[in-house]
Amino acid sequence: MSTDTPTALRSSTPTQGPVRVERRLPRFAPLGAYLAGLAVGALLSALTGFSVTSTLIYGVVLGTLAVYVLTRTVEGRRKAADRLVTALVTTAFGIAMIPLVSLVYTVLDNGLPRFDAQFFTNSMYRVVGEGGGAYHAILGTLIITALATLISVPIGLMTSIYLVEYGSGRLKRAITFFVDVMTGIPSIVAGLFAFALFTLLFGNQVRIGVMGAVALSVLMIPVVVRSSEEVLKLVPNELREASYALGVPKWRTVVKVVLPTAIAGLGTGVTLAVARVVGETAPLLITVGLITGTNLNPFDGRMATLPVFAYYQLTQPGTATQAFLDRAWTAALVLIILVMALNIVARLISRFFAPKTGR
Amino acid sequence: MTTTSAPPSPPQPKRRVGDRVFAGTAKGSGILILLILAGVAAFLVSEAIPAITAPAEDIPGGEGLAHYVWPLIVGTLLGAVLALLIATPLAVAIALYVTYYAPRRLAAAMGYVIDLLAAIPSVVYGFWGLAVLAPTLVPFHEWAADNLGFIPLFEGPASSTGRTMLTVGIVLAVMILPIISAISREVFGQAPALHREAALALGATRWEMIKMAVLPYGKSGVIGGAMLGLGRALGETMAVAIVLSGGGAAALTLITSTNPSTIASNIALRFPEATGLGVNTLIASGLVLFVITLAVNMLARWVVNRRADFSGAN
Repeated sequence: MSTDTPTALRSSTPTQGPVRVERRLPRFAPLGAYLAGLAVGALLSALTGFSVTSTLIYGVVLGTLAVYVLTRTVEGRRKAADRLVTALVTTAFGIAMIPLVSLVYTVLDNGLPRFDAQFFTNSMYRVVGEGGGAYHAILGTLIITALATLISVPIGLMTSIYLVEYGSGRLKRAITFFVDVMTGIPSIVAGLFAFALFTLLFGNQVRIGVMGAVALSVLMIPVVVRSSEEVLKLVPNELREASYALGVPKWRTVVKVVLPTAIAGLGTGVTLAVARVVGETAPLLITVGLITGTNLNPFDGRMATLPVFAYYQLTQPGTATQAFLDRAWTAALVLIILVMALNIVARLISRFFAPKTGR
Repeated sequence: MTTTSAPPSPPQPKRRVGDRVFAGTAKGSGILILLILAGVAAFLVSEAIPAITAPAEDIPGGEGLAHYVWPLIVGTLLGAVLALLIATPLAVAIALYVTYYAPRRLAAAMGYVIDLLAAIPSVVYGFWGLAVLAPTLVPFHEWAADNLGFIPLFEGPASSTGRTMLTVGIVLAVMILPIISAISREVFGQAPALHREAALALGATRWEMIKMAVLPYGKSGVIGGAMLGLGRALGETMAVAIVLSGGGAAALTLITSTNPSTIASNIALRFPEATGLGVNTLIASGLVLFVITLAVNMLARWVVNRRADFSGAN
């Protein structure tokens, strides 16, 4: 920032005509403008019944306008445009925070009343009104997600090993491209796929837990492949070459050298993939259905899962509506906690199991 | 690999059994993924055929498959495009904020907070949309019907519940925001430092630097990200199923209570109770959704990958 040099030069040569001193707004000007905007906003809002929301809206709009006009008259058009964009971009970030904060607040507010021991220990078996819980649904979600992980991780991991260690040419390009495309398959279509597959295999009206696991796998595999691929690419080639130089076969090099080096990243990727599918509702809705009792066998009959449980509690409340709504919100809260916990675990894995570098 | 017609310059290492098995398994997994994708298409087609070949009066609604699916397609596209229109400018602004405006030390945390929006399950978005957003937007619906009614999209009568296409579009916009902004953030961060510094050195303000050096570089990345977001919005199920009071005809309205439903939400709502040809009809509509999202995603990936080819950032 050498704003004073040109002015000093100009002022030292007075023969060049009128001196053009660069004028700048004082540092507190934008803040002041916004405070003034908020004050006027509060006044305007008070005219039509005071509310914090409208005060904020008026304040931000008026403040931005004031900053723009001030800058435009004092510092010129270009600086004014710069400040206007800064204000817009910051506001956009603030706007995006509104749904997040509102959502978390709403779920906490509505979900906490039933966040009790009974919710985690009772099923909905023979419960028509108050009481009951999601014990069966939580276990169902854990079982089906674990099954989906069991299916997806070997396939996804081996595919990423193929892409990084073995793959070449058209097959590699095709797999990379279609894995990317697969990440965009709508979850409901994955559910329909599992339904169609099992209908062809076992006949009509079959609803078993493993169908849900297959549907979730379709959604999970591409995520596992992409994240594992990125991590395996980061393993330095020197490690592989050192291993080959010792006469270790390629497959043992991959298993004993490459995978252990990348284990932290692989764990993170798998955990994030689990987090992505654990809240999936639509595929489970059409493949696994819902029951009120506890069924822990994914190969026989319907199972309850937490997202589907939440959905039906909300949309098909019985006579004791409030009890159903409470259970629905608590289930939503448990889901969010589950997903957030998985996200945090993923971060911790990558922090604590990261390969020690710089030995 | 054993028959070498090329000059045997490096001595071929002995292929061990373990190696062959391992490489075979890896390759097999890759091929299996392609087979799964093909299987998704094949099984959907095979289950949809009864509905495609059935006489028109047997299809639910009684007027044939095309008549059944058309309003759903309109609803799906309307909601997704609306979400895209809302989310893209916001996501680009957020990406710019995180990469070039936010305090350096907070930027990573802010990016993470935005990513959290993507972690929330869609059924919870549905809850939120129904319980919070829809009632909040009712006054806006009435205002729009009174003041913007001359635009066909905003023709009244306004819904009194707020469970309209407009609300759905906003919920979907929130859901695809993190996808678009994550990809935009990535490409904006990769804008060549030399260009940026050159612009600043010539006296450009920060906005002028972004306009001249960052946006042109990141344009195709943003387009690709937006299309990925579009793909997600097209297939979004639960949030729409919970929020929208659908089932109307194929009409381009945003604020009335008779909205066309979307393909995905229609499947979720009808499938558990469907029987016989009803199931096939729903699967046929799922096939349509699959084809639409596949096309959008392939186009998006193509745009994103094309940028990667000549970016020279790596």
